[in-house]
Amino acid sequence: MRRLLSTSPAPTELRAQALELHPQVALRPEPFGALAYHYGNRRLVFLRHPDVVRVVQALADHPSLEATLEACGIAESRRPSFETALAQLRRSEIIRER
Amino acid sequence: MSAETLTTQMKAGLDAPICITWELTYACNLECVHCLSSSGQRDPRELTTAEAMRVVDELRALQVFYVNIGGGEPMIRRDFFDLVDYATGNGVGVKFSTNGAFIDPAKARRLSSMDYLDIQLSLDGADESTNDAVRGAGSYRTVRTAMDNLAAADFGPFKISVVVTRQNAGQLDAFKALADSYGAQLRITRLRPAGRGADTWHQLHPTHEQQVALYHWLSAHGEGVLTGDSFFHLNALGDPLPGLNLCGAGRVVCLIDPVGDVYACPFVIHDEFLAGNVRDEGGFAKVWKQSELFRSLREPESPGACASCGSYDACQGGCMAAKFFTGLPLDGPDPECVSGHGAPLVEQVLPGTTPRPSADHSKPVRVVLTRRDDRALQPG
Repeated sequence: MRRLLSTSPAPTELRAQALELHPQVALRPEPFGALAYHYGNRRLVFLRHPDVVRVVQALADHPSLEATLEACGIAESRRPSFETALAQLRRSEIIRER
Repeated sequence: MSAETLTTQMKAGLDAPICITWELTYACNLECVHCLSSSGQRDPRELTTAEAMRVVDELRALQVFYVNIGGGEPMIRRDFFDLVDYATGNGVGVKFSTNGAFIDPAKARRLSSMDYLDIQLSLDGADESTNDAVRGAGSYRTVRTAMDNLAAADFGPFKISVVVTRQNAGQLDAFKALADSYGAQLRITRLRPAGRGADTWHQLHPTHEQQVALYHWLSAHGEGVLTGDSFFHLNALGDPLPGLNLCGAGRVVCLIDPVGDVYACPFVIHDEFLAGNVRDEGGFAKVWKQSELFRSLREPESPGACASCGSYDACQGGCMAAKFFTGLPLDGPDPECVSGHGAPLVEQVLPGTTPRPSADHSKPVRVVLTRRDDRALQPG
């Protein structure tokens, strides 16, 4: 986790942001989580845990990532890894700011 | 979930393929000596437009995000644009491979106006003579003209797709420079001994030294060069190359051929890897989910003869198709094993005993490279 935190840019900032699934992205449920495909940039991304999928799908319903994590019942101890995962998804434009 | 667990999950198969290769026709204007599908003549049993659209409907229902359309030369089909429009209009993106012969300025403009469409132009030599020796006289000029037409029509970043051979392995920088000059993306893939390639693989496949150089070249270029994840057998040389490190056959990919037959992957058009047909009751979905072949491919595989090699986790034993068509056991080393375990085994395979591709759609008269069987005439 240390490695991820040190390379992840300004996680606290991401927590405060209002995010959403990119409208050009389709999610396909899979046993490990989901496949996400961006029809615009043609990126195929693996969401590697069902909880990440739940969070991504709930983003648009909450004022911030922090609020989404709270609403999805993600324990505080797991949140740094979620921020890292979500930061990667934002770089791939699977999710975006709204 | 760790990357390792994800790989384990993928080996057990997904509910639907990540992507499908769909050869639309066996008809082709070219006769490339390494053609995976031995294409040339149209098969009269080819799927009709309505049948092909039903396949698209199925892929949509399964949430297959995109198909790799190929052939033969897919643009030969008169309903090519209808099928592409139908797929992209239904959320199934299309990437198609072409030799470019039918991309004139008007078609280039039409292609440029379409969304969710990628084009891969096949080129197997950075110069005319290297390319045409494999793809046929005039094919270099033809594909360069198609690239010029797409660029003029402002298509954007199309892909230039190269199969690495002994003859072009030294031209990687030249291919990259060419792609850059068009603002295109370079895609480098592995030569397989499938289709007509079964006859020419021994003369065309890269040497060991070329494979090592290729690994380092690909490592240096990272995700800037696409590979179709086809070089995982090289991972035994060091840090893994980008992409999935596994054989996806029947697990995350498969092939639909022009007559609707479903094979485990694009490189194994052979009865032994035929899982069913999209025309069967239950369609493609039933083949994917229930075929005995695909189920068996999703079982944990045995490393077999590779069990004692420390690199098995890195290279996964290589490519099933490469082993099969060179006559090697599937639970042993790849013929191009970078640790050198495959080459001696290939030498022991008696000429004429390797599996023959099941369907040959080559035109009746063609020029081929010298066949492997000639070795039988050589001393020793």
